[in-house]
Amino acid sequence: MKRRHLILGGLGLGGALVLGWGLLPTRQRLRPARPLPSSAGQHAFNGWVKVATDNSVTVMVPKSEMGQGVLTALAMVLADELDADWATVRIEHPPIDAIYNNLSTVVDGLPFHPDNHSALQRTAAWMTAKTMREIGLMMTGGSSSIKDSWLPMRQAGASARAMLVAAAAQDWAVPVAECRASKGVVMHAGSGRSARFGALVEAAAKQPLPDNPTLKTAAQWTLIGKPMPRHEAASKQDGSARFGIDTVLPGMLYASVLMCPTLGGSVATFDGKAALALPGVKQVLAVPGQRGGSGAIAVVADTPWHAMQAVKAVQVTWDHGPAATLSSAGIQAQLSQALTQALAQDDGFAYFKHGDVAAALKSASRSLTADYHAPLLAHATLEPQNCTVLVVGSSAKSAGGFKAQVWAPTQVPGLARWAAAQALGLDSDQVQLNVTLLGGGFGRRLEVDFIAQAATIAKALPGVPVQTCWTREQDSTHDFYRPPCVARYHAGFDAQGKLIAWQATSAGPSIIQQFLQRQFGLPGAGPDKTTAEGAFDQPYEWPTAKIGHSIVDLPVPVGFWRSVGHSHQAFFKESFVDEAAYTAGQDPLDFRLALLRKHPRHAAVLRRAAAKAGWGQPLARHSDGAKKARGIALHQSFGSIVAQVAEVSLDPADPKRIRVHRVVAAIDCGTAVNPNGIRQQMDSAVVFGLSAALYGEITLADGQVQQSNFHQQPLLRLADCPVIDTEILPSTEPPEGVGEPGTPPIAPAVANALFALTGQRLRSLPLKLA
Amino acid sequence: MTTTLTVNTIARKVQAEPDTPLLWVLRGELQLTGTKFGCGIAQCGACTVQVDGQPVRSCVTPLAAVGVRPVTTIEGLQGREITALRAAWTEIDVVQCGYCQSGQLVSAAALLKAKPQPSDADIDAAMNGNLCRCGTYPRIRAAIHSAARRLLAAPA
Repeated sequence: MKRRHLILGGLGLGGALVLGWGLLPTRQRLRPARPLPSSAGQHAFNGWVKVATDNSVTVMVPKSEMGQGVLTALAMVLADELDADWATVRIEHPPIDAIYNNLSTVVDGLPFHPDNHSALQRTAAWMTAKTMREIGLMMTGGSSSIKDSWLPMRQAGASARAMLVAAAAQDWAVPVAECRASKGVVMHAGSGRSARFGALVEAAAKQPLPDNPTLKTAAQWTLIGKPMPRHEAASKQDGSARFGIDTVLPGMLYASVLMCPTLGGSVATFDGKAALALPGVKQVLAVPGQRGGSGAIAVVADTPWHAMQAVKAVQVTWDHGPAATLSSAGIQAQLSQALTQALAQDDGFAYFKHGDVAAALKSASRSLTADYHAPLLAHATLEPQNCTVLVVGSSAKSAGGFKAQVWAPTQVPGLARWAAAQALGLDSDQVQLNVTLLGGGFGRRLEVDFIAQAATIAKALPGVPVQTCWTREQDSTHDFYRPPCVARYHAGFDAQGKLIAWQATSAGPSIIQQFLQRQFGLPGAGPDKTTAEGAFDQPYEWPTAKIGHSIVDLPVPVGFWRSVGHSHQAFFKESFVDEAAYTAGQDPLDFRLALLRKHPRHAAVLRRAAAKAGWGQPLARHSDGAKKARGIALHQSFGSIVAQVAEVSLDPADPKRIRVHRVVAAIDCGTAVNPNGIRQQMDSAVVFGLSAALYGEITLADGQVQQSNFHQQPLLRLADCPVIDTEILPSTEPPEGVGEPGTPPIAPAVANALFALTGQRLRSLPLKLA
Repeated sequence: MTTTLTVNTIARKVQAEPDTPLLWVLRGELQLTGTKFGCGIAQCGACTVQVDGQPVRSCVTPLAAVGVRPVTTIEGLQGREITALRAAWTEIDVVQCGYCQSGQLVSAAALLKAKPQPSDADIDAAMNGNLCRCGTYPRIRAAIHSAARRLLAAPA
């Protein structure tokens, strides 16, 4: 109880801020503080949509496109309610505004079990949403984009549609109720009159903003629920799509950086004379580590290649900092010690308790204990970190009066703008931030270290745009890694083999504590849901359970890696469920179903994946004669439920080489907004998770990352990619997350299949057969 | 020093030193940003272009090694193969973040030119040098097969 009061106490502070600033209705998310920038003939109906006299509809999508298909899905949501003609829909990113702040992620970050609908949970969620509305961040992450924007974008579309219809009705002197809109046209059946949106827009924009526009029912949707192709696909097939790295400005110079090889270290001394003598080199400077990054030497030159070559010629001595003695073995020892201590002293934070697990374990006729481990992991976005900054010279004036312009592939535009502004000694509103396409995100671009760094470099050359781009080696060795984690699981069974106790304890660093420290300078404290998510917030109906995590401080930067805590906790939990099933002498599918009697949605997902995969039926050998086996896993994350069945074999030519032939996935993500996008994300999440499960591992020696490029950090390649077969369960529930939920179950599904195939229980990632 | 480089059928004069990797000449001086930088050591294939019709990793191909051979980037790729591939890419909706896709398409176009009806093994061999972090592999494979069917249906 004490800890719960602490959480509410923290919310009270935010709540007071909100009350001070005024409590606003949800529909207030429609009106931005400043009108949207519009071109000739365009009229902004609210902060989310502009309609133009040429009939084009421009949907403002405040989320970054990093491959997850968010531009398409959110434009569909608004265009549907607007009854727009999809062929006329264009998509833009809006300027930074509080109406676009992400509420869902932070509300979902509260440490409550999904089945907890108590007054405490509701109060905390409500107050957090209100608080984040005011002080939050624009953010694309946490698989939250659709659930966060679903309501405001539907309201925005419906509101604009109501205004267009009202203008038409007024013009035709007919009742509004007799008019309807479809595919960009307003019609009046009685008179047979019709007008395209473009002809109505001038008059419609003058209509009063409707208070409560009527939203469509699911049966009225024309786009939502239809498999739609990606809106920006063509530009990604002809080379015209512009990622951050493709920013080209007149007179632009290029910076290459060499960061302290020890994480968190800085430049002690440097001599840039030799580098300055090389062709095209304009400037050599030391850049302090900012926002969690490491100190660096930067060379600015006329071409990227000149900059990359010259930075190698700088003589540097480093101050290696507190991580200088850190090694993978040392981290493992520290985590193991913390785990032992947490278990011995009942330390750490218990995220979920049900019944008396200690007594149940004591009374058990049979018990099972297993230790699991997950390593550090890099994001490895294929587009390396980069950012382009133009600091306006003292004599020059930029459009809009901004003192600096930034082009960045970022998941957090507001935070990125602030990081650049702070590095430049400016206020945020003096900096214009342009979000480009992202060549992958996966959580790496929730960090702004590279943005502060690029701003600092550009500050040395006012009036000149400078693009700072990392090499792959710098990117691999200066990431914010998936936290390393260890866990110990205990299960107890009664004399009949029935599960009676479930205990999970893990230890590892906290992302949130580090993130608050590096972004806001707040001392890290308190529980962090991301450390234990995937372990405690699951549907299984344990007779007794206790699930906790002990936070271990480590001087290695950790960050949000696709599916965050779920990525490793799902591996621990679903592997141990499998172990428990075998111990109980039950089929792994039946064992799970017996623990899901009050969770029909979860049971349905599990059954669907199992049926489609032919669970329990004989599996033919591979064409090369290798024996195959199946493994199953179920996991809930970001509001969605995913079950996967993996079919694996071993390469007869190399019996330690694991092959995954087929993955059957079933997902219940509530309302499926764009089934095509959901299938893409299941493919993506499985491939991403397989790279980690089969190869992913970042190791440290002397505080330095030992994997510099893809030869040491392999990713799954086409020839090794399984067939991925996805089933989307129909649902009328509100939409939930899609980008991440497919990643957590794949590692345990493969590990469980390997157990079925070989009898070897692999409890450490990446999966390596003995 | 000036070198003449034929890119997308146009002779371009470039100033880069002869040891400069072709990638940086394309992306820097020529501002052809469709060709991407991913690794710099020929491990990811994002920088794939065709030199004399053959797929090469431009990040490890010095300008001097290109000589008079024509360079084709994603922006300049033309012909039946890429037309069929783009149609298939659209039909199957292959791309996600899109960063690797220039390289994927350049590699796939060279494959179809050499083998208009590739087997799965041919696709494995031709496409294994192109990493995709988003996991578009299943759709890439399906789209190459679809493009091959299109080529068969509409012979040159």
